[in-house]
Amino acid sequence: MIRRALRVADERSGSVPFVRKALRYAFPDHWSFLLGEVALYAFIVLVATGVYLTFFFEPSTDRIVYHGSYGPLDGLEMSKAYASALRISFDVKAGLLIRQTHHWAANVFIVAIVLHLIRIFFTGAYRKPRELTYVIGVLMLFTALLEGYLGYSLVDDLLSGMGLAIGYAVALSIPFVGANLALLIWGAPLPGDPDFWSRMYIAHVLILPILIGTLLAAHLALVASRHHTQFKHKPRQSERRLLGIPSFPGQAPRSLGLLFAVASVLVLLGGLVQINPIWLWGPYEVSQGTNGAQPDWYLGWLIGALRLVPHFDVVVFDRTLVPNPFWGGVLFPMVVMGALLLWPWLERRVTGDYRTHNLLDRPRDAPWRTAIGAGFLTWVVMIFMFGSADRVTVFLGISYVAQLWAFRIGVWVVPIVVLLVTRRVCLELQEEEQIEREQARAVRSAPSS
Amino acid sequence: MSRHRARTAIGAGVIAAALVAVAARAQPPSGIVHGGGSSKPLLEAGSELYAANCASCHGIAGRGVPFPEKHGVGNIEEQGPPLIGVGALAPDFYLRTGRMPLAHAGEEPERQRPFFSDHEIRALVAYVARLGRGPAIPHPRPATGRVPEGYSLFSEHCAGCHQIVGEGGYVTGAKVPVLEHATPRQIAEAVRIGPFVMPSFSKAHISDDELDKIIAYVLASRDPEDRGGLGIGHIGPVPEGIVAWLVAAVVLVGVCALIGERVRS
Amino acid sequence: MAAILALGFLHRGRRDSPERRIVEPGSKQPGAELAVILLLLAAAACAVAFVVIYAIDSWGNRTQWFGLSLGVSLGFIAAALIVASKTLVVSEELEEDYPAVDPEEEERVAGILEQSGSRITRKRLLSGAAAAAGAALGAALIVPAASFGPALDTASLYSSPWRRNRRLVDEYGQPYRADQIEEETFYTAYPEAADRDELAAPVVVVRLKSNELEMPSDRRGWAPQGIVAYSKICTHAGCAVALYRTPKFPEAEPGPALVCPCHYSTFNPADGGSVEFGPAGRGLPQLPLLIDSAGELRAAGNFSAPVGPSFWGVRTRRPSA
Repeated sequence: MIRRALRVADERSGSVPFVRKALRYAFPDHWSFLLGEVALYAFIVLVATGVYLTFFFEPSTDRIVYHGSYGPLDGLEMSKAYASALRISFDVKAGLLIRQTHHWAANVFIVAIVLHLIRIFFTGAYRKPRELTYVIGVLMLFTALLEGYLGYSLVDDLLSGMGLAIGYAVALSIPFVGANLALLIWGAPLPGDPDFWSRMYIAHVLILPILIGTLLAAHLALVASRHHTQFKHKPRQSERRLLGIPSFPGQAPRSLGLLFAVASVLVLLGGLVQINPIWLWGPYEVSQGTNGAQPDWYLGWLIGALRLVPHFDVVVFDRTLVPNPFWGGVLFPMVVMGALLLWPWLERRVTGDYRTHNLLDRPRDAPWRTAIGAGFLTWVVMIFMFGSADRVTVFLGISYVAQLWAFRIGVWVVPIVVLLVTRRVCLELQEEEQIEREQARAVRSAPSS
Repeated sequence: MSRHRARTAIGAGVIAAALVAVAARAQPPSGIVHGGGSSKPLLEAGSELYAANCASCHGIAGRGVPFPEKHGVGNIEEQGPPLIGVGALAPDFYLRTGRMPLAHAGEEPERQRPFFSDHEIRALVAYVARLGRGPAIPHPRPATGRVPEGYSLFSEHCAGCHQIVGEGGYVTGAKVPVLEHATPRQIAEAVRIGPFVMPSFSKAHISDDELDKIIAYVLASRDPEDRGGLGIGHIGPVPEGIVAWLVAAVVLVGVCALIGERVRS
Repeated sequence: MAAILALGFLHRGRRDSPERRIVEPGSKQPGAELAVILLLLAAAACAVAFVVIYAIDSWGNRTQWFGLSLGVSLGFIAAALIVASKTLVVSEELEEDYPAVDPEEEERVAGILEQSGSRITRKRLLSGAAAAAGAALGAALIVPAASFGPALDTASLYSSPWRRNRRLVDEYGQPYRADQIEEETFYTAYPEAADRDELAAPVVVVRLKSNELEMPSDRRGWAPQGIVAYSKICTHAGCAVALYRTPKFPEAEPGPALVCPCHYSTFNPADGGSVEFGPAGRGLPQLPLLIDSAGELRAAGNFSAPVGPSFWGVRTRRPSA
């Protein structure tokens, strides 16, 4: 039976030799190698749930008066986009489950990408010959951020409207071309031309998903063509030789199990934990705002940066040149993205290490890299934390102004401290290992002498 | 090892200091003097309570204690606004929400357990109301208010500070209270007074009718329809991000650890 | 999984020595097998439950039951697969060489590329012409994107529906009278008979005590009776300045301020909207007011500066005219 099917396939496609290679592809084993797979499976859930939502969502800013089944908003004027999102949440059977699962999947997708990136960075997996794989991964992260932002902006509730206003201001703040760019994208000054909604929609459901999918395919193809990196667990593993579990039968059930685990967690969250209850926020109007407005977590670092920057514009005579949102909203993410993209070449330049690396470093093996990475991560995370300082004020009563100044100083001091401490810890761990190794050698050589 | 212990000690110290600071903030102002029994006439009891607890800031007979021209002159430490003409409405609000007495003038009054008994509050309210003509305690009827209209009014006048579902917030220089525990009467009182740095809204600005709608919305939003499951605070992205990291990410990393190799051989 | 498929197309075939047995044998685990079977059956039961819950119309909001049944079903399948992978799947370790580069192949490809152009004599001119064609065509293909918006004409960013003598009206279109505006509170006003969705339309109106006012000298008369109006759109990031802080006891409490809830930019309404705190780089544009003979509020002109978030080259003041 199997043999007959294979013969049919082989005669028509000649693919059986490839299938054999694919089935016996070796996966080096470590739990942290699965983080990227979590991101992949979250993306699959995103596509599946997203397609379902497109069957019901109406990306239109036409105004209607709501008379749906959610009483507390009955009789209010709103856009068709928002009304259709309410319909998905209240009138489409299982619509809310799918909507919430989609939103949770977006949050978890980016969590997984970030965890995966952290793993890649601290083990030096981006080194030659995998720089391109890494660069594509970083580009995917930033595309995913934009994709997520467009996703929750489409709904046209109060929070999403405020988020779009901030996005518009950030676009405007780009030197020289900001005004032109913002008008090009929005079609008119905020709230923009009605076409803007069609543009956001097609970007969210077609252009960016295809872009992410293409990058994903290239990412995986490159991973497969150069094979996975590995930790050196056993003497047989070397820069030339890898040791791993075959994709079939060894890896397949584990990967599939992870796929179902990811889907299970996302669906459970989608059904049991409320996310973005748009019916509570109400429809957006330019003249209204709510306290405590926040973006989804993965843009929290930008709101933190926007809030941290002291108040000044670059002004010449009576003309503003560089408006304030540029620093936190454009320059800061550009610096982070630039640093991530350039790091492999930067490191190579400094260390002079141009060799091929298939064996991973443990974080302690490269104290400077680990220290710089920890410091950089601390910098971004601290700016991220400040994004929720207003909520900290509400819940813990710590003065916002005090937090502002603590963070304005802290974001420069703490990362340096973390950097130095991390380097120290790495060196001490190395030393400890050295001592242990020597002791072991002494014990081994003692009886013989 | 010692390094590790030192770090733990520093961490514990920071936490302890924070706890002490929080505890210190939570202390009620010292020296609350309670009135005798309920045997005395209400006004007399109120007058005594006022003299003992309020007059140091609000002045004799509610005339207020103005700020000295220069700091330190006359060694007056506590100053407060006059209470003549505030009626029964303001003292009822401030005393029943535990916002008065304050430890220091200018400090933000925050909601806590009332310092006085119901009888004492009635006595003080009666006394302050007699200081001059002023508004009576309002009696809102939120049951008659339509929630969607209340949403519109709340969104226009209140959400900027109190957050769209009344979860509180921040305005430069002040913390905005959560509306979870405010009774309809207290909401109506606060709207009319505008405590601390909150704007006040007269009947010409927000009619009693509109106020009923706003209160109806606040009551409805307090226990909103959590169709989606656990409400996790109704403030959106911050708790959602926490769930994504501390629940989803932890579980999924756990699954990865279960599937993949952990210990090096 | 996609990685494996991709590998199939990318990986160059390499011949291994033929083996009689490819997958190593392992010991039987009947207990584990039973566990996997039970887990799969449990998953099936939960999936059926989902369908049943979906089909029952009389049951109201079922999102939680949907999520629970479907999520647990997926979880059981995950558990079955993981148990299977730990017990039923033979544990093998493959050794493999990392792919190495093939200098001979590289040489061959380089040869093909180099030798293919043997008939070309003016290589530079040809590639220059090709580049010109490519660039011009690329530009031609990009140009229609200009239809997206008025990219070259940024005048619309300065547009404002406010004109001298235009009345300030409330949400319902009723004009505001000056005596209606009280102290220690705020009002949102719109231009009469104009588009309210326009960024420059909404203004926030407050009345200040005369001793609080500190208007700049060139704005005397902008605040009749102490009533001032400012654009409701923050100059920092375009959110609505929906917070008005106004002290009950000004001697001890922070003074009047208009605050934006997005990044807490704080503006002083008493001195023409200057930035007091927060990230905004320029003050809130002020709308000069006048009170007409009927006692109604009207604009006495346009804003003191362009409304909304700043951009390269925006004037921070109103052009003197």
